[in-house]
Amino acid sequence: MALTETPMQAERARTIYEKSKPGRRAATLPAAEVPEPPLAELIPAELLRSEPPRLPEVAEPEIVRHYNKLSRRNFDLDSGFYPLGSCTMKHNPRLNERVAALPGHARLHPAQDPRRAQGALELMWLLQESLAEICGLPHVSLQPSAGSHGELAGLLLTRAFHADRGEERTKVLAPDTSHGTNPASVSMAGYEVVKVATNERGGVEIDDLRARIAEDPGQVACLMLTNPNTLGLFDENIAEIAALIHEAGGTLYYDGANLNAVMGHSRPGDMGFDIVHVNLHKSFSQPHGGGGPGAGPIAVSERIEPFLPRPQVVRRDNNGHGPFFDLDRDRPKSIGRLRGFQGNFGVFVRSYAYILSLGADGLAEASETAVLNANYLKARLAEGRAGERLPVAFDRHCMHEFVLSGKPMKRELGLATLDLAKRLLDFGFHPPTVYFPLLVDEALMIEPTETETKESLDAFAGAIEQILAEAETDPELARNAPYTTPVRRLDEVRATRRPIVRASCLPGDGC
Amino acid sequence: MLAAIGVDSVDELFGQIPEELRLDRALDLPEGIGEAEVYERLGGLAARNADAEEQVCFVGAGMYDHYVPAIVDAISQRSEFLTPYTPYQPEISQGGLQVMFEFQTAMSELTGLPVSNAGLYEGPSSVASAGYLAMAATGRRRFVVSRGLHPHSRETLETYAVGYGAEVVEVGLHGGETDAAVLAKEVDERTAAVFLQSPNFLGAVERVEQLGAAAKEHGALLVVACDPMTLGVLKPPGEQGADIALGEGQPLGNRLDFGGPSFGFFCATQEQIRRMPGRIAGETEDVDGRRGFVLALQTREQHIRREKATHNICTAQALNALCAMVHLAWLGKEGYRELGELLVRRTAYARERLAAVEGIELLHGAPVAREFAVRLDAPVHAILERCAERGIAAGYPLGREYPEYGDGLLVAITERRTRAQIDDLAEALGAAVAAERAGVTA
Repeated sequence: MALTETPMQAERARTIYEKSKPGRRAATLPAAEVPEPPLAELIPAELLRSEPPRLPEVAEPEIVRHYNKLSRRNFDLDSGFYPLGSCTMKHNPRLNERVAALPGHARLHPAQDPRRAQGALELMWLLQESLAEICGLPHVSLQPSAGSHGELAGLLLTRAFHADRGEERTKVLAPDTSHGTNPASVSMAGYEVVKVATNERGGVEIDDLRARIAEDPGQVACLMLTNPNTLGLFDENIAEIAALIHEAGGTLYYDGANLNAVMGHSRPGDMGFDIVHVNLHKSFSQPHGGGGPGAGPIAVSERIEPFLPRPQVVRRDNNGHGPFFDLDRDRPKSIGRLRGFQGNFGVFVRSYAYILSLGADGLAEASETAVLNANYLKARLAEGRAGERLPVAFDRHCMHEFVLSGKPMKRELGLATLDLAKRLLDFGFHPPTVYFPLLVDEALMIEPTETETKESLDAFAGAIEQILAEAETDPELARNAPYTTPVRRLDEVRATRRPIVRASCLPGDGC
Repeated sequence: MLAAIGVDSVDELFGQIPEELRLDRALDLPEGIGEAEVYERLGGLAARNADAEEQVCFVGAGMYDHYVPAIVDAISQRSEFLTPYTPYQPEISQGGLQVMFEFQTAMSELTGLPVSNAGLYEGPSSVASAGYLAMAATGRRRFVVSRGLHPHSRETLETYAVGYGAEVVEVGLHGGETDAAVLAKEVDERTAAVFLQSPNFLGAVERVEQLGAAAKEHGALLVVACDPMTLGVLKPPGEQGADIALGEGQPLGNRLDFGGPSFGFFCATQEQIRRMPGRIAGETEDVDGRRGFVLALQTREQHIRREKATHNICTAQALNALCAMVHLAWLGKEGYRELGELLVRRTAYARERLAAVEGIELLHGAPVAREFAVRLDAPVHAILERCAERGIAAGYPLGREYPEYGDGLLVAITERRTRAQIDDLAEALGAAVAAERAGVTA
């Protein structure tokens, strides 16, 4: 491949601080309208700042141009296929942005008296009810801000549940395929993680689970599970697993990252789970924003309900004048607050709009199409070169995602999974999740979602085939990829060894 | 597609779910509806909220009705910022990563500390995250917390502390400020961190350096929550001995949204860089020597370190941090300082104006920057109701979280609150107090 620089590559990255010129500005602030004494007459001089922070001095047209230029150095879901496993990169309807921006939502103060925020509280209550039905569990708290926040909430609920019965348990079980957030949340909640092995069908190894429990049943606080799991496989033994955990007195926690596979088809509550978190930014179409915001509401069973976070949105009877929606703080057994105010309301508006749009049938159909798309792409990638070099890790029908192993590709072509991923960038695709789950060698985790057409799935399969074909004659091509992106392969090790985490040259520094 | 898979129906693919776990009915939710109908339905709900367009909003308590410049909307709604995932593939995420890097630089400048992360969920959970860092840094499990710290932050820290196995001790206020004598007594060799907020929840600008001396003396970390809109004029926490400066980011470029999404900022000394929670963007080079940005220090994080991670968080609220960065660029060096000065002066005016009203007195006389507390000589809720009927959200009642100030009202000022609106507020409050005292029916 010819190494001619693209125009974007030729343009060296410059921060907005480097574009600053003294005296330039965008904002015109309102006049003071009030007396303007020296600040030191209002606040003691020793509490005042001596030098203003070195923020950039740039006029509005240049600010707009700067960030527009930066935006073009991003790949996004609206530009192309984004089969990032476990992330559910489905289309983000723009209607949701419009309704979230209505002043009645966007400019509503979170401390508004509930009597003057009935629309907002009703929306939250309706979303709670919808999620309860989808999860098959009676109670929902919308407070957690993300999936991992929901996990922490679930573990603190587990702790409160056991404490209420006079027990203090120490261990949380999690499969070796679990998301990294699971063990991290376990540590933050003061528990010890115990790994459970995976069987040859990709599910929990029941004998190992029994053994782990038998080590000390009285210490098992909880089992955290994703079902379908991170291999995209439904664990057929879930009823038995649930029985084992409940018998030992533990709670069963459902990591809802993969809920998009089963909406309207199977419900975590019916599977025996006590606590579920739902990623509204995955299954319920909140845009990911380049790394947030999202939201991670939790649904729980009756026995967990008393411990839900404060405040809780409730519907009360307004003395026969219809319902009144309120914030209930009087929850003596509650674990307490997990964050400020009531949660990521703007996300709730978008996700509720999504649920209203799709309805019962639409949600079930979304999951059907997600599963169909995943299995179709899996079938396409079982053909030709991909089938040989990138075998599926567990050869059975998958749910909404599946995992390939790049082990033969690495052995036979000298191409690591990372190389394949980087070469895909040149073809205009976002690569799948790589090197996860950890138990699959050179893993590629692929989740196409329901909002992709057969054509885009075919095009992706075609690109993989082409990359493998070219690697047979010229493996260096992929090993040095990408070529067409705004920058080429970056030195990530250096950024960890010698981190530079802020601009070194700021306005006024004279550099 | 089915033929390629080798099945006859999609249902067959769901066969891996045991029959008894298949939902044998439709979800009990309404049928789906079209875009126009969804818009109408949600518009109807939105209309039942009294927002800051309908009421003149003097409510703050952590989130403020600032003006968000139009370019914030224009830039943050670009799909290239709105729809990508976390920048795991840096070669195609340079835009987002550079924004994080610029944001970190800005927050570092604002707080006077060298290291910033790319953002956390929001303010109070950031406070709780600082507790986790302090435990790792000191090996201790005791937090000493000022009662001036936002009640939501204190409650959140207490929730998390149960998991941490840590103890939370509260230090009361005196004259609106943290009681220095009690604080000095509570901080000891077991203390992991001292938590202050400035301006505190009652609006008082705290003497952070003096209060923090106790933490320094005993080797505890000093954690200071601050309001990013005041740092153009107030001495930054980093210059007052803070090890960690953090807070709620909403005032910077984020709308009220009934409480979220917004972001939390989190800055620290160089010493803490490898214990930081959350994403951090770092500068590096590509194979050809081009300047580029990546997620740095990923070895702290959950997807690599699992149970030994410094935190479980993987969200940076990247879009909200972008809004903050654009807002700060729009204000610029001068505008940011001017805005801080404007807030201080209008707040001083409002405080004086209200204090002169019959039936209102100041709750404390400590210096304030953008929010202040008064006492009302009539039931606060009745006063708020009377003001609401005149289209004014007069403030935040202190009684629920501070029973000792059952007659207290917290009043917040932004650049949107004009002198005329402040005069109206004074008049409305005065009339309401008078009417309540006279027993006039509203």
